[in-house]
Amino acid sequence: MSLLRRRKPITESSDSKPLLEKEEEEHHQEDDDDDDEEGNGKNKKTPSKIKKKRGEKPPSKWSCLDTCCWFIGCICITWWLLLFLYNAMPASFPQYVTEAITGPLPDPPGVKLKKEGLEAKHPVVFVPGIVTGGLELWEGRECAEGLFRKRLWGGTFGDVYKRPLCWVEHMSLDNETGLDPCGIRVRPVSGLVAADYFAPGYFVWAVLIANLARIGYEEKTMYMAAYDWRLSFQNTEVRDQTLSRIKSNIELLVATNGGRKVVVIPHSMGVLYFLHFMKWVEAPAPMGGGGGPDWCSKHIKAVVNIGGPFLGVPKAIAGLFSAEAKDIAVARALAPGFLDNDIFQFQTLQHVMRMSRTWDSTMSMIPRGGDTIWGGLDWSPEDGYPCSKKRENDTQITDQAGADNAVCKARSANYGRIISFGKDVAEAPSSDIERIDFRGAIKGLSAANTTCRDVWTEYHDMGLAGIKAVAEYKTYTAESVVDLLHFVAPKMMARGTAHFSYGIADNLDDPKYKHYKYWSNPLETTLPNAPDMEIFSLYGVGLQTERAYVYKLSPHAECSIPFKIDTSADDEATCLRDGVYSVDGDETVPVLSAGFMCAKGWRGKTRFNPSGVRTYVREYDHSPPANLLEGRGTLSGAHVDIMGNFALIEDVIRIAAGASGKELGGDQVHSNIFNWSEKINLRLDNEAMQ
Amino acid sequence: MSFLRRRKGTGSSKSPNFVGSKIEDGDGKKKLFESPGKKWSCWDSCCWFIGFICSMWWLLLLLYNTMPASIPQYVTEAITGPLTDSPGVKLRKEGLTVNHPVVFVPGIVTGGLELWEGHQCADGLFRKRLWGGTFGELYKRPLCWAQHMSLDNESGLDPPGIRVRPVSGLVAADYFAAGYFVWAVLIANLAQIGYEEKTMYMAAYDWRLSFQNTEVRDQTLSRMKSNIELLVATNGGKKVVVIPHSMGVLYFLHFMKWVEAPAPMGGGGGSDWCAKHIKAVMNIGGPFLGVPKSVSGLFSVEARDIAVARAFAPGFLDKDVFGLQTFQHLMRMTRTWDSTMSMIPKGGDTIWGGLDWSPEGQSFNCGAKRLRNNSINNIVQNANLNLADNVKSVNYGRIISFGKDVAEAHSSKIKRVDFQGAVNSVKLPNLTTSCDIWIEYHEIGNHRIKAVADYKVYTAGSILDLLHFVAPKLMARGGAHFSHGIADNLDDPKYQHYKYWSNPLETKLPNAPDMEIYSMYGVGIPTERAYVYKLNSGTDCSIPFQIDTSAEGGSEDSCLKGGVFSADGDETVPVLSAGFMCAKGWRGKTRFNPSGIRTYIREYSHAPPANLLEGRGTQSGAHVDIMGNFALIEDVIRVAAGATGKELGGDHVYSDIFKWAARINLQL
Repeated sequence: MSLLRRRKPITESSDSKPLLEKEEEEHHQEDDDDDDEEGNGKNKKTPSKIKKKRGEKPPSKWSCLDTCCWFIGCICITWWLLLFLYNAMPASFPQYVTEAITGPLPDPPGVKLKKEGLEAKHPVVFVPGIVTGGLELWEGRECAEGLFRKRLWGGTFGDVYKRPLCWVEHMSLDNETGLDPCGIRVRPVSGLVAADYFAPGYFVWAVLIANLARIGYEEKTMYMAAYDWRLSFQNTEVRDQTLSRIKSNIELLVATNGGRKVVVIPHSMGVLYFLHFMKWVEAPAPMGGGGGPDWCSKHIKAVVNIGGPFLGVPKAIAGLFSAEAKDIAVARALAPGFLDNDIFQFQTLQHVMRMSRTWDSTMSMIPRGGDTIWGGLDWSPEDGYPCSKKRENDTQITDQAGADNAVCKARSANYGRIISFGKDVAEAPSSDIERIDFRGAIKGLSAANTTCRDVWTEYHDMGLAGIKAVAEYKTYTAESVVDLLHFVAPKMMARGTAHFSYGIADNLDDPKYKHYKYWSNPLETTLPNAPDMEIFSLYGVGLQTERAYVYKLSPHAECSIPFKIDTSADDEATCLRDGVYSVDGDETVPVLSAGFMCAKGWRGKTRFNPSGVRTYVREYDHSPPANLLEGRGTLSGAHVDIMGNFALIEDVIRIAAGASGKELGGDQVHSNIFNWSEKINLRLDNEAMQ
Repeated sequence: MSFLRRRKGTGSSKSPNFVGSKIEDGDGKKKLFESPGKKWSCWDSCCWFIGFICSMWWLLLLLYNTMPASIPQYVTEAITGPLTDSPGVKLRKEGLTVNHPVVFVPGIVTGGLELWEGHQCADGLFRKRLWGGTFGELYKRPLCWAQHMSLDNESGLDPPGIRVRPVSGLVAADYFAAGYFVWAVLIANLAQIGYEEKTMYMAAYDWRLSFQNTEVRDQTLSRMKSNIELLVATNGGKKVVVIPHSMGVLYFLHFMKWVEAPAPMGGGGGSDWCAKHIKAVMNIGGPFLGVPKSVSGLFSVEARDIAVARAFAPGFLDKDVFGLQTFQHLMRMTRTWDSTMSMIPKGGDTIWGGLDWSPEGQSFNCGAKRLRNNSINNIVQNANLNLADNVKSVNYGRIISFGKDVAEAHSSKIKRVDFQGAVNSVKLPNLTTSCDIWIEYHEIGNHRIKAVADYKVYTAGSILDLLHFVAPKLMARGGAHFSHGIADNLDDPKYQHYKYWSNPLETKLPNAPDMEIYSMYGVGIPTERAYVYKLNSGTDCSIPFQIDTSAEGGSEDSCLKGGVFSADGDETVPVLSAGFMCAKGWRGKTRFNPSGIRTYIREYSHAPPANLLEGRGTQSGAHVDIMGNFALIEDVIRVAAGATGKELGGDHVYSDIFKWAARINLQL
């Protein structure tokens, strides 16, 4: 019917002819306007221009401009027609198409488990990671007018493009205090919307939430513990009282759900944040939350860590050290694709570096545990990892025997050397490397840098001598990397060490470990006294994950960062690609970091886990989406995409519905995490010390 | 190619009025493609024309986007003179900063609702707003929408297989629809002096449920308690300032009783919870004693006021989106919402007036109130006195009259036949299947309908009987959750039941002598107060009663317009309902206010926006628009920053509320 009605204009169009002719006369004057528009329109008009040139000379009446308009009109019409059809299309149509191509889709886990009779039981708490949580503006400078309560981070990122410098200014924190700069208040978004989608269509928690809702969850049984991920963990409490809010909300969830304990689901950096929370909540006020020593055992059923960088990520170093092109800062490292474009025009790297260096939280992910965990000059836990094998899809075959063979044939990468200057250094036996200690080097006076004044990076304070000294130390292991960062960025690390610590505790009873800076380091804290609690570590495997870097000095220009990843370094046999050594992991977090604590550090009763909290390792092998229609895949193991992995969601739902780790099937391992953990020589029992 | 397509997207969404003409041009275009150069056909003209318009549109759009953000302001200033600073900026300059945390309690209708579980027809709407936002689904699938928005008509809770839940956080009610602010302006101004999410809390609740059921289903009251405690704890022990709006006022009355009542019925906070946690309650447009509008809404879902829902959100439900039987569908939906019954007028004839008297009756002059200039208020008052002799007084006490003559006649001349005894006669056989809609009128039958009309006139007291008579099921649910009377003896243990908690005439205020209660509302807008009804010349499926829109007062100044008698108020809540408790019922130490909580009345005289650029105005007194009233916002901010009612200037009154309140004979 409606279509028929719309046919009427046919007759009317003939009536409108005189009018058109009038306009034709006018368009000569408007010629200029249109040309301007074409100029202004940022390439918008190029297609019509092309058409204009290509089209054969139109008859006398048919001018270029007419062709133009005609062409645009045609395109508009087809576009609207398609849009109309799209809107009129039944909602299930895309599914039909997908099913026709790929065969019937499996039920989403929520539907499947609902059929099994599972129901909402334990309330769940989500703890989002770095970068994925939205931030909105509450108070800003002149240039951010009209953005009140609009998202600066997350959503469309429209303002990054519109006013990049203003955006950087507002996203930065004060580089002395690590808190708000004067006159700027940027605050985390609260509620489930804080991190359900990072950007339109790019889900983070949305799929998990939708599946939980299938078995009856709703907002009274779900809580998103959103926090400002730029701040150091203790500062979120100082500025926003975020930890107090989480405590109060968990207590409320337990109280309103008949005393059922919560299942906490932290992701990425949220894992460390929640470790911090568990210590904070039981510590006495004023530094802690004063919840008493049994708060965790009373309120928490299980902590289901997803992709947790318990022991840090090597990526963080590359980000902090050189804001490297392949990984512009930690921010970009964890949210690939968003900061890739050259949106800042000049001095992109410095601007980003300056911004991300004011974020204390990035320092929470510097590798912890030093050489004991990450390996020294000549050894590393992952030694012998056959990286070419991992490319094949079926990793199950990679049993121990295969790995041993591979060791014999292939040279192995020295993963322990997290930063090496030059490929030859990275591969040489340690005895051949001449190292000159950089720690005593005097930082030279910087050359007059009038041009670089406005960009704050500490490299300008270092001078040539300092830079040279860094390069001459040749190779850095996990422990010396921390010293390196102290050397090149003393101010930043001064802030960092006030909030984070990267060592291994000798004696956990030492009263100094009551300070909050140790709370997010699993190697310097004990787990809470909660024998009924369970800790899961869920993460993806089967993806190449950055583990060590080959650096070079960049040819010196006044304003650039003096170190650069040597992208020319390649070696198939040792997993060296574009200057980066890779190892098994989820593309961001290496298996070692995600799995070690649950596989060994906390397994059974250890000094880090005095009450014997049960731990489980659940690995999910990555397989890429079979075709484009699947979007980001239901079998992905990538750091963020794993949140849509059906197997993982099923596990999470089962735990939320009451299952224990044993009922889930205990450990599920694809990688060599247990072997690698074996090689790490970490003292686990208290008695041995005495 | 991809950027080309995107461009089209913006073009089409911005110019929907072109869509009509071009769908069919699609076919035409193909023909044309073969021979674009031959002749200037009408297809060419069409395409050319559309292309031309699109180009211009994009050009304008580009200019608009590159325009500096301050231009609209320049234009406005050029026309109206320099704008005054917003209250937040002004008070910041005075040096006010964050002090007490604030809690917002939204009213009926203004809070967003989203879908968590639905039937097949609502596929793809998971966590999308059904209420609030764009209301897109209302247009796309109206019946599905009505089905999901309805509650179970037995329990007043979720129907099986459907879970619709309130949106949480500040976004729940900052904007009702795109561009239609509710709390947003107040939030923005509070933020100017330093407020942020850790010092603000939106106590969103499902406004369709009865108050106690929000706790039963969602534990909303527990959440509110816990969040207020958190706000106090994280802000150094500073008590909260609560700002309820509209029905939120009643909801918060309920909360204050609930929180101090012992578990399991109450929150078990102890008898000094309110004294410890609340600094002030700043009620905005509170229907403390109910609103007459809700009567007509429940009774007949009347045209001028389709249902309570429409009454509070003008403009949104006006369109005939439901196709046929609009009213019945709406009536069925709104009648499943227990909360609407919280706003039936309370206090009966004592408050609202009987057959021959009403508090406002003698002195309120409708015509004078129409005058726009409020600065000459004194003159108006004088004129009032003079006019009082000329203008017939209105019998506001007769909330429903059948026929205009009945409304105006003296009570002794009205013959009334009691309807209570009328037998439920046999229904007409309604074979027509089109009547499948559930409304209770179909179960009443003709005799009873006649009996209702024969009683001629209903006062606030008998209205309740009337509703019980025409909608027994609905009122049975309502009676379990709300009460509309006046307590004789407040110490009677029966008043510990939750159904009395939201009625200020049947509860005591908490024992919190340091607390302050404000009643802030708009005045100067005619507000529905009483109705003239007629019997509908009924077809089978229609509602048998209708407002007699032909009933008009004699002159311009008459209070009777389109069958509705108006009194002073904010367009929804009459002054009497909003002001009485704070003006008299709770003033000083009364039996309703044993601890002597101080009360203040702050009225804001309505002035319509001077021109279109001002939007909804900064001096409005209308029920929702008052949330953007600068004077009100300033008062709120001052209190939040620590001022007391006395520092604010005490009462601030334009209407005759104290006179009217004095006439009400209520034992205190």
